[in-house]
Amino acid sequence: MTKKQTRLALTGGAAAAEALKHIDPDVMAVYPITPQTTIIETYAKFKADGEVTTEVIEVESEHSAISACVGASAAGARTVTATSSQGLALMHEILYIASGLRLPILLIDSARALAAPLNIHGDHSDVMGARDAGWIQIFSENGQEAYDNTIIGLKLAEKVKLPVMVIMDGFNTSHTVENLQVLDRETVQKFLGEYTPEHSLLNVDDPVTYGALALQNTYFEFKIAQAEAMQQAFADYKKVVHDYDKISGRFYDYFETYRLDEAERVIVIMGSTAGTAKDVVDRLREQGEKVGLVKINLFRPFPHAELAGVLSHVKSVAVLERAMSIGTYPPLYTEIVNTISHIEKNRPAVSSYIYSLGGREIYGKDIEKVFDDLAKGHISREIKYIGSK
Amino acid sequence: MNEKLAKNFAPGHSACAGCGFPAIIRAVLGEATDPVVVVNATGCMEVTSTLYPYTAWKVPYLHNAFENAAATVSGVERAYKALAKKGKIQKKIKFVAFGGDGGTYDIGLQALSGALERGHDFLYVCYDNGGYMNTGNQKSSATPYGAATETTPAGKDSFGKMTKRKNLMEIVNAHGIKYLAQANVAFLADLKQKAKKALETDGPSFLLVFQPCTNNWKFPTSDYVRLGKLATETNMWPLYEIENGNYVINYVPKEQRPIEEFLKGQGRFKHLAAPENKHVIAEMQQILNDDLARLMAKAKCE
Repeated sequence: MTKKQTRLALTGGAAAAEALKHIDPDVMAVYPITPQTTIIETYAKFKADGEVTTEVIEVESEHSAISACVGASAAGARTVTATSSQGLALMHEILYIASGLRLPILLIDSARALAAPLNIHGDHSDVMGARDAGWIQIFSENGQEAYDNTIIGLKLAEKVKLPVMVIMDGFNTSHTVENLQVLDRETVQKFLGEYTPEHSLLNVDDPVTYGALALQNTYFEFKIAQAEAMQQAFADYKKVVHDYDKISGRFYDYFETYRLDEAERVIVIMGSTAGTAKDVVDRLREQGEKVGLVKINLFRPFPHAELAGVLSHVKSVAVLERAMSIGTYPPLYTEIVNTISHIEKNRPAVSSYIYSLGGREIYGKDIEKVFDDLAKGHISREIKYIGSK
Repeated sequence: MNEKLAKNFAPGHSACAGCGFPAIIRAVLGEATDPVVVVNATGCMEVTSTLYPYTAWKVPYLHNAFENAAATVSGVERAYKALAKKGKIQKKIKFVAFGGDGGTYDIGLQALSGALERGHDFLYVCYDNGGYMNTGNQKSSATPYGAATETTPAGKDSFGKMTKRKNLMEIVNAHGIKYLAQANVAFLADLKQKAKKALETDGPSFLLVFQPCTNNWKFPTSDYVRLGKLATETNMWPLYEIENGNYVINYVPKEQRPIEEFLKGQGRFKHLAAPENKHVIAEMQQILNDDLARLMAKAKCE
């Protein structure tokens, strides 16, 4: 049954911190970086005011933040951290260890561009650099989703025994105040339940060795087991989001479809720009244009088969994303091309657009132009840069 | 094997014959009166004790990566505090991190400094074999002046490592922790006493333990205790402790023996016998004398 909720005006960062307050994790290891600091500063005040019981470790780098998380999680503690950009890049080595050790750590990323040149503004370069690290990755469009995904992400992590990265757009979401609804501590605690790991370093009566050396004869199977767990995450994600819907009235599928009924031209997108793009879809629909949108929520594991079912009815697809993969096509486009290959007949044409790197503005008219390109058949293998000079 | 010795660390690991770190592990953990959880940096100790599906560890053990043992143990210790506070754990548990000199002096120094500053309740043990021995003998900042390694080989234009060792004890001491000590695997009774004190310390404590490497210092496997003893007898590796800022030298050799006695029989110093390298031995002796004088001044010895 949906619970009574409180309406608050919060930035995306504060919304994530609010969710963390309701989670009240055992351990949080943090290191400051813009634009993530709104999360840890808000949380530090909760701690100072006695609203949470979490042991907060103010470490001396992001590398140590995620390292301390590995220690805390292996010790059986419900464990979280938050970062951005260079911080996530510095964590890179240990991201693979966290997933390889099957530790259900929750990481909130305020997605930001990577240097050089130095840039503190939003794009998805940081999280795309971590897409093969064995972490579940969930994208949020706005502060409401940042709040909800924080709770969903932790529940999912503990269910499937994989670390989860919840992503919001740096500044666009992390620093923008929105009206949103929040649950209460009791409801969130009940939803999550007690965390009781199968093994723990602190169970001294049943000593376990974590982080063993596995050579040619055993390493491969560990990695296959991780891949299988990631496949299992599809079903677990569904279960978690359905349960979350029951308490919140908000449901997040693998992806959101927006006005896809009889849509011929479709934009696939992730994160905050989906809001602007939906406005454009509404406007064009009023003019009788058959346009629609798909917003990806779950990027790892990537729901190819389900998405293929949806895209099999459309004529053309434009993939819009905030990251590059220099030397080849960008990450989301590559996933969509793979998705299209699941379609037997009448595959839609797909076009690649990169936008808003380093926080460059994107407007409704830019998105209209994308739909216009699709209408005019301006579809090629060329990567197009929206708003570049 | 003696059951008491194998209580925390089993035989059957694959450390080289003549390697001292199994003795260091057993000496240190043997002094714990409470259950212990171990965190280990990547290195010889880790790879030779945890080859899947086997483990030599009879206590809970976590290896994370090379540079982050201190950060990792920070998380374990805080998890313990959090769960104890909630009544989910009643037992008293001690936390011990082991790292080699590469994982401590070099790549792990920042994480160690952070953990010491934050004041976690843990013991960090650095076993110092003067180089990256697990990767085949490369220079670390603990490698002695004049030693030949694979990355500081001796040759026409080189007498081996041309810089002094880093003084890690002073760096750790600068964090103002309550107890730290320099020990030597060849002086086990002294090491055990220090481990006991370190484990009883409230907050961070630190042990720097001399560990001769038969493989890369190039000496016979039967010689590691003899060489370890010589390191201290020549005052190349004095045994001392710093308790609440007070320095105490724990062992003063009856007569100081020249550094040559320690160098003799080690392949890594063989090139120093060449006439053009004679000056290096004199310089090593000078470095050692200066370091000892500084230490004695701090310990207020004559």
